[in-house]
Amino acid sequence: MTKNITADDIVKEENLVYKKTPVLTDNVMHYCPGCGHGTAHRLIAEVIEEMNIQPETIGITPVGCSVLMYNYLDIDMQGAAHGRAPALATAVKRLMPEKFVFTYQGDGDLAAIGTAETIHACNRGENFTIFFINNGIYGMTGGQMAPTTLPEMRSSTSPYGRDVKMMGNPLKITELVARLPGTYYVTRQAVHTPVNVRKAKKAIRQAFESQKLKKGLSLVEIVSNCNSGWKMSPVQANKWMVENMFPFYPLGDIKLEGRLLNKE
Amino acid sequence: MAKVKGSIIVDRENCKGCEVCVVACPTDVIRLAREVNGKGYHFAYMENPDACIGCANCAIVCPDGVITVYKKKKV
Amino acid sequence: MKELKLMKGNEAIAEAAIRAGADAYFGYPITPQSEILEYLMLERPYERTGMIVLQAESEVAAINMVYGGAGCGRKVITSSSSPGISLKQEGLSYMAGAELPCLVVNVVRGGPGLGTIQPSQSDYFQAVKGGGHGDYRLIVLAPQSVQEMADFVGLGFDLAFKYRNPAMILTDGALGQMMEKVWLDEQKPRLKDFPSWATTGKSADRERNIITSLDLDPLKQEKHNFNIQAKYKKMKEDEVRFEMIECDDAEYIFVAYGTSARICQKSVQLARERGIKAGLLRPITLFPFPEKPLKELGRQVKGMLAVEMSTGQMVEDVMLAVNGRVGVEHFGRMGGVIPSPDEIVVALENMIKKISKS
Repeated sequence: MTKNITADDIVKEENLVYKKTPVLTDNVMHYCPGCGHGTAHRLIAEVIEEMNIQPETIGITPVGCSVLMYNYLDIDMQGAAHGRAPALATAVKRLMPEKFVFTYQGDGDLAAIGTAETIHACNRGENFTIFFINNGIYGMTGGQMAPTTLPEMRSSTSPYGRDVKMMGNPLKITELVARLPGTYYVTRQAVHTPVNVRKAKKAIRQAFESQKLKKGLSLVEIVSNCNSGWKMSPVQANKWMVENMFPFYPLGDIKLEGRLLNKE
Repeated sequence: MAKVKGSIIVDRENCKGCEVCVVACPTDVIRLAREVNGKGYHFAYMENPDACIGCANCAIVCPDGVITVYKKKKV
Repeated sequence: MKELKLMKGNEAIAEAAIRAGADAYFGYPITPQSEILEYLMLERPYERTGMIVLQAESEVAAINMVYGGAGCGRKVITSSSSPGISLKQEGLSYMAGAELPCLVVNVVRGGPGLGTIQPSQSDYFQAVKGGGHGDYRLIVLAPQSVQEMADFVGLGFDLAFKYRNPAMILTDGALGQMMEKVWLDEQKPRLKDFPSWATTGKSADRERNIITSLDLDPLKQEKHNFNIQAKYKKMKEDEVRFEMIECDDAEYIFVAYGTSARICQKSVQLARERGIKAGLLRPITLFPFPEKPLKELGRQVKGMLAVEMSTGQMVEDVMLAVNGRVGVEHFGRMGGVIPSPDEIVVALENMIKKISKS
């Protein structure tokens, strides 16, 4: 016969299976409820903890919602001007090649204003990691159209939906940089379900590990939600993301060990 | 009956009530409270604590890292 | 041991950067300063001292690489010419805001726009008034010879690190392209210990370092601005550099920097041959500007002529310094035209006529 176990019996140090990593600070994140940024931050922090590289890691924050990322990760960080994070990271990594260096950028930062810096850092094969959060919208400035906004998708600057004839096509920059000789590992992930979180974390780990090989740039795109910008509840937004974002931005590895997986 | 039993502690004051954990829970343990925390959010709590298996799915999808998970094997 | 060489001004800057122990150069080609990057690539400082040299994809990327390197507490230098320096302004504003040291060389060409590739001094306002957005200043050094081009590299780095603020060498295409003999300093070692604020990796014994220019709290941002302004005040007290030539008995003085100052030295001689007691005040630091010596000369002389290869920019700072005590006029050529010593003396004579009439 099993005896009744109370919550008090379970909530003990020896039974702990999951706790927030100490690489995250105690600051409460400013993100909207359900925003994928928080999960992505936490996964990066967990990988840093697991690899024991907190003293060796330097992160570069973008301009956008995650501009204040340095408030949440307990590592040395630099805040870049809009779109310029890969330029900062290039210098940081070249001056300190034994350190682990990453940028964390949104779609506006990485795929619009910072396109040149992104493509050239990738093409030069700089040995750092880019974390690219793609939610198809400018979150911080209030929901304007991004380079990754889907066709027909509404935003405050495409209020009738993105008319590709007038506003141009969404840019699949991840597929684009995967084709460059300087990228070594390119993958697209998501963080809205436990399964996806586990996969995304594995990808983040692989990206950091590949810095040790000095074979080129690793880029992890995380397709994420923007509840406020999409004007939905967090759960609805995740559903909308699965139904609309994933068909256009399919999840999975795009380039492994310097080789494109799906040559069209 | 599951062979393990779990429990979660939610940092109520820092929970933003996004409900992502509610959807992620495989055993339907979590609900959002009727009452709100200091920031006005309906925080997550264990509505069916006996069903918790300590899988940590709720914690790993929590964007704010407010869930701590414990698990114990049944004797 | 110092070493004597015959070099272009641009090459002297590049060689001086290696010898000053610079950790990195990031740049982008533009006439008339491309020799800096070319010299560095040819010289392979990464083998001599470990200094990194990288040709960036744009001036914008280059200045942001400088930001990244400076954020790690390293001595980083970039160079460009006017249109490229305009592109770097965003980065310089961020660096001033984040209190990062660096050295920027502007080998000025005539503008506006694409302008010309010939020398000019029309970027004075941009250099000394901030240049980008927000309340900030650069430390601005104005060499007048290839020797000073080399010497001001080390000085620029020292001042930039002393004040945690970007420093600029404001020179022009004439000095960049001109060959002269130059005494080069001995090789200095590169830094091994980095400033406590640098992002070199958070060790267990310290808090994390954050390099940013952002603070959304208005009161904190205001305080930050006051702190930055306090540094500029200190620079004004301690770092003003200038040279006075034949000013002791002068009744009229030229005020000129860089190439113009060099020409004005000849003009002083010519004017004295014609019986005019002329002198020259040459600002070496354009920010901080030599306000005090100008104010004092304002009590002594009958007029000042600011000579610049522009439509008149520094002349405004000369006027502010003398504050109406004495007449100040401007003479300049622009668009890549370099004034002759004679035409400067003619301009002085015209000014004297005007003053004696009134």
